[in-house]
Amino acid sequence: MIPPSFEYHRPTDVAGALAVLAEHGDDARVLAGGHSLIPMMKLRMADVPHLIDLQDVAALKGIEIAGDQITIGAMTTQHELIASDALHAAAPIIREAALQIADPQVRYMGTIGGNVANGDPGNDMPGLMQCLDARFTLEGADGTRTVAARSFYEAAYMTDRDDEEILTHISFAAPRGGYAYEKQKRKIGDYATAACAALIEREGDKVASASVAMTNLSDIPVFSEAAAAALAGSACDDAAVKAAVAAALEDIDPTEDNRGPVEFKMHVAGIIISRAIQRAWSRA
Amino acid sequence: MNDLTPDRDERVANLKGLGCSRKRVEDARFTQGKGNYIDDISLPGMLHGDFVRSPYAHARVKSINTDAAMALDGVVAVLTAKDLEPLSLHWMPTLAGDKQMVLADGKVLFQGQEVAFVVARDRYIAADAVELVEVEYEELPVLVDPFEALKSDVVLREDLDGQTEGAHGPRKHHNHIFTWEVGDEAGTNAVIGDADVVAEETMYYHRTHPCPLEPCGCLASMDKVNGKLTLYGTFQAPHVVRTVASLLSGIEEHNIRVVSPDIGGGFGNKVGVYPGYVCSIVASIVTGVPVKWVEDRMENLMTTAFARDYWMKGRISATRDGKITGLHCHVTADHGAFDACADPTKFPAGFMNICTGSYDIPIAYLGVDGVYTNKAPGGVSYRCSFRVTEAVYFIERMIEVLAIELNMDAAELRRINFIGKEQFPYQSALGWEYDSGDYHTAWDKALAAVDYDGLRKEQAERVEAFKRGETRTLMGIGLSFFTEIVGAGPVKNCDILGMGMFDSCEIRIHPTGSAIARLGTISQGQGHATTFAQILASEIGIPADSITIEEGDTDTAPYGLGTYGSRSTPVAGAATAMAGRKIRAKAQMIAAYLLEVHDDDVEFDVDRFVVKGAPERFKTMSEIAYAAYNQAIPGVEPGLEAVSYYDPPNMTYPFGAYVCVMDIDVDTGVTDIRRFYALDDCGTRINPMVIEGQIHGGLTEALAVAMGQEIAYDDMGNVKTGTLMDFFLPTAWEVPNYETDHTVTPSPHHPIGAKGVGESPHVGGVPCFSNAVQDAFRPFGLRHTNMPHDHWRIWKTANGLGLHDT
Ligand SMILES: Cc1cc2nc3c(=O)[nH]c(=O)nc-3n(C[C@H](O)[C@H](O)[C@H](O)COP(=O)(O)OP(=O)(O)OC[C@H]3O[C@@H](n4cnc5c(N)ncnc54)[C@H](O)[C@@H]3O)c2cc1C
Repeated sequence: MIPPSFEYHRPTDVAGALAVLAEHGDDARVLAGGHSLIPMMKLRMADVPHLIDLQDVAALKGIEIAGDQITIGAMTTQHELIASDALHAAAPIIREAALQIADPQVRYMGTIGGNVANGDPGNDMPGLMQCLDARFTLEGADGTRTVAARSFYEAAYMTDRDDEEILTHISFAAPRGGYAYEKQKRKIGDYATAACAALIEREGDKVASASVAMTNLSDIPVFSEAAAAALAGSACDDAAVKAAVAAALEDIDPTEDNRGPVEFKMHVAGIIISRAIQRAWSRA
Repeated sequence: MNDLTPDRDERVANLKGLGCSRKRVEDARFTQGKGNYIDDISLPGMLHGDFVRSPYAHARVKSINTDAAMALDGVVAVLTAKDLEPLSLHWMPTLAGDKQMVLADGKVLFQGQEVAFVVARDRYIAADAVELVEVEYEELPVLVDPFEALKSDVVLREDLDGQTEGAHGPRKHHNHIFTWEVGDEAGTNAVIGDADVVAEETMYYHRTHPCPLEPCGCLASMDKVNGKLTLYGTFQAPHVVRTVASLLSGIEEHNIRVVSPDIGGGFGNKVGVYPGYVCSIVASIVTGVPVKWVEDRMENLMTTAFARDYWMKGRISATRDGKITGLHCHVTADHGAFDACADPTKFPAGFMNICTGSYDIPIAYLGVDGVYTNKAPGGVSYRCSFRVTEAVYFIERMIEVLAIELNMDAAELRRINFIGKEQFPYQSALGWEYDSGDYHTAWDKALAAVDYDGLRKEQAERVEAFKRGETRTLMGIGLSFFTEIVGAGPVKNCDILGMGMFDSCEIRIHPTGSAIARLGTISQGQGHATTFAQILASEIGIPADSITIEEGDTDTAPYGLGTYGSRSTPVAGAATAMAGRKIRAKAQMIAAYLLEVHDDDVEFDVDRFVVKGAPERFKTMSEIAYAAYNQAIPGVEPGLEAVSYYDPPNMTYPFGAYVCVMDIDVDTGVTDIRRFYALDDCGTRINPMVIEGQIHGGLTEALAVAMGQEIAYDDMGNVKTGTLMDFFLPTAWEVPNYETDHTVTPSPHHPIGAKGVGESPHVGGVPCFSNAVQDAFRPFGLRHTNMPHDHWRIWKTANGLGLHDT
């Protein structure tokens, strides 16, 4: 559990970080909270000759709420997300989900940027961001671009982000209606056996719109358009929830691990998805 | 006497002796991060060792090239088996009479096996150099299933090929280690054959690991000038390590000093001798400077000392009304690549023959077959006396299965089979003499405390509601009643590598009336410095706060066999009381001299000797201590010291009654422990608060083992649970609230009646948690399902019973 040696860089602005990335290319990587990257380095599964610590880049920190637009700096920690009452008022699903990530120690260090940029299917924030239809802002040598969370993920640890780009912030519209982040895990500090984010807007007795996304049930987070469609216009009754669950299960492809075989995960996913939908509806 | 003289109660309280919930004296340093663990120790010029380990579970080692590693700046040496062979240290003897490779000698037999030892200037260079050692392997067929291993043509231990006799008798197959039998097989079979009712079950007690917070490590320092070897390390038995180190290295024992500093938990993991210790010693001898080796978490989980891995097949017979008539048990024991089990020499399956449990079973038989496989060696007693957890799990599951067969309540079945209070000392069918017990009283108290009948009623209602589709949550009531056998043990039948399992205490009283006592044991968190001082305080009348307890330095402490198997209080605690009594006997002579009366005319009273019938004439222990050093007393040597080596006449048999109430989500396999009640009887209670802490810890490790903790392998012998992401170590979040309770049935043969408690909660807890899960599904036809009861296995049970069919 000892990493190979590396050079440590500590820029104070994004330009400085980009410069180191440009200079060393593949040999350099940014470090946020380190709670995904450092374990990989210690296991010698990641070789990072140049480590660029972003903690002094003030521009990457903070939560901004302007009207119904929420912008969160990449270096904002999970703990800061949980602690922000303004964020909780604007998007309560964030606190609900963040509290289910790891444990307090990890959450003091781990950042939202690291969580979504990492590309680990076990991370909880990517599915949540897809549910919220968030946009990721990336800055590189050629300038800035914005990518939708729903099209950012390509495969496990493979994202649309270029090696020489930095994720600077995440933005999304404050969700309306009911919400839920439901997660089954074996213990504190565990990634999901199955997890689901759900947002439901209500109009009278009917679902006006819905959004459903899932964590750790494929090699990437899964936004299920079909599940949302099954709920839209329904009374969110048993039949509609069943249809939504069936649609969502069509979209996932879990693999066997120590949490259990595929058959089990598919069953639990169905339960978790239906509970997320029902809880979101109860709050809608 | 004047008004300022404290009254007797105050004097007793001032001692903080037996029965006092004295705060742990160790915690001041532990809670401030000021403990001194092996990795805190640093010696000038110290080098660091790290292992090249096998990625394969079974392979021939074709070649090892160390050139690139040696070329790295800062690398001092790379040791392989070839370098150790001239010293005959490429293999080492195990505690179980087998031998084990220190470094791969021609082949590797488990994933993670030590192949080469890199020694470098710092820990980082050592880790980099490990990557540079080139090892060429040729993979061999892997055997991870002991039943397969016993049929396979593949010879795992080529070094033993053709040897039909092992350390414990004949070997039936090249992958077979021993057969151990106790009891009357023919008689037992006859009884079971004729019985009204017979229940049969096969259960697997999975492989797991003690996983102390601090992994294993050592620091060896060979001083070439004075010829002395000092060895600091995570040793649960430092004196035995010294003797073994002397026998292996040829260094005379007086020239070896072994020190166990603070130890961050042992639970059996730190009993054995590991290749890291041997390699550090050799490296220090070769380089002439100190060499440190500390394993990391993955190495700890994958290579040092697993626990359990027992396949247990049982048959139990009874009359129609539930009186048990016989018990037959056969175990296939997976010992991994080398038989490195840590048991007393004559007990290759530990005290598994305590498997008749708390019940009066007239006839029984136990047979155990040990088997080699491509898994890590070990087989330690993880928070239990030798294999007692396996035994208690076995009988407590067999009782439940028999209750199903009899269609009887499992609490009632236990009650009618308990050994009666009047039957003690009780001779068990498998050869033990239980010292004391009062099981019926404990059981009744436990069932009343939890309102057992009310729980059963609630459970029946829940089952009906479930069947009506009103709930998806079932309720399980877990019961267990356990009898432990701890305190190994009498020298006549217990030894480790020939060393009798006595223990010792040496006391020095200082002139001003404080004291130091040294013991042959070593605390790993049990709080010896707190509790042993309390035993002494009550024996010699010096306040516990004025007594230093020291353990773990073989240059100063008397020889002892160490701490494991709940033996410290039963054996070293007894030695402490006995040494204290020697001090008291001498103090009596001094007091009599000072008071100018005959020895028989003074008597001990809390903290002083008083003249019989004249309580105003007394000498306090401080006054006596002072006199021992400053007066010439005719016929009495100066000083006040004593030593006692205690060979216990018998083991002690703590017992307890546990109840667990659990809710189970049938759809997800998620469990919620609503209630856990633990009644323990450990005889005389030295420190109720320390006991409470031990119970909480032991129950938590029981929760871990029953509900998720395992060392699992795939078919290729790869460890699937090598990190704490997959190896379940519960936190405060997963742990339920524990309700503790007790009865007190002192041991009749122990000087203060104490029995030991550290392991009871683990031994009793595992079957209790497991029985709760199994009990929830009993109304739906479940007889038995194996641990660990993680979400997916519980889900599978529910699924198999058709509970997901809608
Ligand atoms: C015991 C434990 C349990 C955990 N459990 C959970 C859990 O239940 N759910 C969960 O979601 N996570 C869990 N995690 C992961 C944790 O949340 C991590 O902190 C998170 O995944 C990564 O965030 P970080 O800030 O630590 O990123 P780092 O580890 O520093 O970085 C992760 C990756 O993202 C890249 N990166 C980071 N920031 C940027 C950026 N601004 N621009 C471009 N690339 C960037 C890094 O180069 C690296 O490749 C757990 C971690 C541990 C140690």
